[in-house]
Amino acid sequence: MAYIKCKNLAVGYEGKPVAEDINMKIEKGNYVCIVGENGAGKSTLMKTLLNLVKPISGEILYEEDYNAYDVGYLPQQTQAQMDFPASVWEIVLSGNLARLKHRPFYGPEEKSRTKKNLKKMDMWDKRQESFRNLSGGQKQRVLLARALCASEKMLVLDEPVSGLDPIVTADFYKLIYKLNQEGLTILMVSHDLKEGLEHATHVLHMGQDKIFFGTKEDYVKSEESRYFV
Amino acid sequence: MIEQLQTYFQYPFVKYAFIVGTLIALCSSLLGVTLVLKRYSFIGDGLSHVAFGAMAIGSVLHLTSNNLITMPVTIGAAILLLMGNESRKIKGDAAIALISVSSLALGYMLMNIFSSSANVSGDVCTTLFGSTSILTIQIKEVWFTIALSAVVILVFIIFYNRIFGVTFDENFAKATGIKTQFYNLLIAIIIAIIIVLGMNLVGSLLISALVIFPALSAMRVIHNFKGVVILSTCLSVFCAISGLLISILASTPVGATIVAMDMLMFFVCCAVGALKK
Ligand SMILES: Nc1ncnc2c1ncn2[C@@H]1O[C@H](COP(=O)(O)OP(=O)(O)O)[C@@H](O)[C@H]1O
Ligand SMILES: [Mg+2]
Repeated sequence: MAYIKCKNLAVGYEGKPVAEDINMKIEKGNYVCIVGENGAGKSTLMKTLLNLVKPISGEILYEEDYNAYDVGYLPQQTQAQMDFPASVWEIVLSGNLARLKHRPFYGPEEKSRTKKNLKKMDMWDKRQESFRNLSGGQKQRVLLARALCASEKMLVLDEPVSGLDPIVTADFYKLIYKLNQEGLTILMVSHDLKEGLEHATHVLHMGQDKIFFGTKEDYVKSEESRYFV
Repeated sequence: MIEQLQTYFQYPFVKYAFIVGTLIALCSSLLGVTLVLKRYSFIGDGLSHVAFGAMAIGSVLHLTSNNLITMPVTIGAAILLLMGNESRKIKGDAAIALISVSSLALGYMLMNIFSSSANVSGDVCTTLFGSTSILTIQIKEVWFTIALSAVVILVFIIFYNRIFGVTFDENFAKATGIKTQFYNLLIAIIIAIIIVLGMNLVGSLLISALVIFPALSAMRVIHNFKGVVILSTCLSVFCAISGLLISILASTPVGATIVAMDMLMFFVCCAVGALKK
C-alpha cells in the first residue's frame, strides 16, 4: 500500500529543473532517507512533495487513504522563526491548524493532542517558555511535536540535525526511529550518512547524473553509495 | 489642568477625537507583530505613500470624503504589491520604492497645481504629518472609523489562529493545506484599511510608526504571541490617549506627539527588557 508514488518526476523552479527522472514509492511505515550533495535538489523535492513548489513534469500519485495534506513537516529553519515571540505551547498548538476546518478556535480535542505530543517530546514542562530562548535540540523537539499534531501518518524532515551537537543528534535520531516503530512513515533529508542511514529502510540518492532509489541493503551494495559512504 | 480638560471635554469634537484615536490606535497595533515578522513593514510604508497620493487626487476632485478614493486605491495597491512580491517578477523592494516615491511626487504636484487654498504647503504638511484635523472630525467620519475598526477587530479575532500560523511558518501551514495566499491577502487588505484610518490621526508619514512601534516595544518584554498582541494594543491605546491629551494641553501637533509617546514607551520597554535579563 503506497502513500506516495513519483513517476518520472522533475522538480525545479520557474520551469528550470534542478533534478529529473525521480521515481520512487513511499509505503506505509517506510523510513526513507534522501541523500545527495548540496544543491542536488533535496529540499526542492521535499517542497514539491509538500505542494509548496509545483512539479515541472511527471506525476505525483497519492494512494488509498492518504491525502496530500496529511503530513507533518519539519523545515530547514528560517531566520524569521528565530526572533518570533511565541511560547512552546502556541507553536505546538498551531500544528492543529488544518484540523480546525471552518472553526475559528481550538477545542479540547486539539488541546489534548497538543498536550500528548508535548509530553511525548518531553517538552511539556517547557510549554510556557519562549521558543527563541530554547536550545537547538529543544527547538527541534518543539517543531517535531508540532509536526506530530498535524499528522499521525507521515513526517517530512529536512536536515533536522544540522547545527546540533553529536549527543543531541543521536538522541534526535533515536526519537525519529521510535516514531517510525510506532507506525509513522518517515521521509528525511540527511547529510550525515552514518547515523542518518542507520534506521532507514529505503534510500533516495540524488546524484549529479543518476538518481538511485531502493532499499538500504541494495543501496549499500550499489555504485552510488561507494564514494559516498 | 483638570478643569481645563473638563471644559475641553464638553465639546463633542474633543470626544470624537478620543473615540477615533483610541480605535485607530487599537487596530493599528493588532497586526504590528505580523507586519514586523513577515517583513511586511516596508509594504506598510509604501502603502502610506500611495494613500497620500490618493488623498491628493481626492482633494483635487473635491470629493465629499477622501476615504472614497484613498480606501479603494490603497487596498488595490496592497493587493498588487503582495502579488508582485510572490511572483518575484519585479524585485519586491524596488517595486515598492518606485510606487511609493511616485505617489509622493504625484500627490505633491497635484496639490500644488490644483489646490484652491492659499496655503498649499500647509495642506501638504497636514496630509503628511496629520493635523489638528482629528479635532475637526465630522460625526460621519467617526461612524466610518467605528464601523471599519469593528470589522478589523472582528476579522483579527476570528482569524487569530490562522494569522499566527501563517506568520510563524507559512510553509508549514501551506503544507498542511491552509490557504496561505488567501490569508496573506487578508492581512494586506487589513493593513491597507488601517493605514487609511490611521492617516486621519497621525498623517501618512507617521502611520508606520503607529503600526510598528507598539509591537516592537511589546516584543522586548513579552515572549509569547498572545501576550505581545495584548500588550502592544494596550501600549498603543495608552500612547494615543496620552498623546492627544498632551497635544491639547500643550498645543503640540497631534500625530507627532502620539508618535513621540510611542517612542518613549519603546525606550521604556527596552530598559525593562534589559533589566529582566
Ligand atoms: N526559491 C528558489 N528559486 C530558484 N532556485 C532555487 C530556489 N531555492 C533553491 N534554488 C536552487 O535549486 C537548487 C537546489 O536547491 P536545494 O533543493 O535547496 O538543494 P539541497 O537541499 O539538495 O541542498 C540550488 O541550485 C538552488 O540554488
Ligand atoms: Mg536543503
